[in-house]
Amino acid sequence: MSDAVKFHFEVDGSDFSSAGAASVMVKKKLRQLGYPPDIIRKVSIAMYEGEINMVIHANGGTADVEVSDEEIVITLSDRGPGIPNVELAMQEGYSTARENIRNLGFGAGMGLPNMKKYTDSMKIDTVVGEGTTITMTVKL
Amino acid sequence: MKIKEIRDLLGAEVLAGEENLENDVTSACCSDMMSDVLAYVKDQGVLITGLINPQVIRTANMMDMLCVVFVRSKTPTDEMLELANECGIVVMKSDKRAFEASGILYSNGFAPKTEDGNV
Ligand SMILES: Nc1ncnc2c1ncn2[C@@H]1O[C@H](COP(=O)(O)OP(=O)(O)OP(=O)(O)O)[C@@H](O)[C@H]1O
Ligand SMILES: [Mg+2]
Repeated sequence: MSDAVKFHFEVDGSDFSSAGAASVMVKKKLRQLGYPPDIIRKVSIAMYEGEINMVIHANGGTADVEVSDEEIVITLSDRGPGIPNVELAMQEGYSTARENIRNLGFGAGMGLPNMKKYTDSMKIDTVVGEGTTITMTVKL
Repeated sequence: MKIKEIRDLLGAEVLAGEENLENDVTSACCSDMMSDVLAYVKDQGVLITGLINPQVIRTANMMDMLCVVFVRSKTPTDEMLELANECGIVVMKSDKRAFEASGILYSNGFAPKTEDGNV
């Protein structure tokens, strides 16, 4: 069994122009490691949606990716406002994003459902006023 | 169709990824909403957009797209071009509007692909 490969990123919530950079980096690393393109696409889209969410809804946070022989686990953790109603937030089209976010090309309410679609499991731990941790797994 | 043929059809100027102009693409999509590109698009080679920010290039990279066409003479920043070069994405700009650019590609055999692979 080979050792797990781990990546850690600080996601800056104050600078939208860097939003998504960690996911681009992970995609590049997974390509270098030779993972199949469909696995890489799932991981990178799910992580990217979550990374953008942390920037636009939660003032940034941390992103961790752990690759083992069986699976790739993505953990996104923030100290933002939390999600008051997860069931509602998971619905396609539900978004609290305002005009300024939509002008940047985001805020259609599609991110969370997309993250669920592209991963084999997704867990949302959230406390209003404290933050949100989302853990997603893609099986290899 | 080769990416360089898209350049010719749209009278576009190539700004990044020149070394990949010979790559083949068969489908395209057009949107200013990156959320929708991420959610609805599948196996599209070309993104036509009027939105300018680094997330356009990053979104194209996430979706394994090969080419981004900026319409309405929108000019991407140096940062975006650098990012595109790193990712191997061809970037071009055209003075055409999104509707016209899409129509030209559509009538030259490009079709959108939906989730289930249907056109
Ligand atoms: N990390 C987070 N912290 C706090 N709220 C969040 C977080 N992620 C998502 N949300 C809430 O859940 C809603 C739905 O998220 P989702 O990603 O599906 O859509 P969106 O980000 O608004 O738009 P899109 O993802 O299509 O650009 C958001 O509008 C926001 O209210
Ligand atoms: Mg989102």
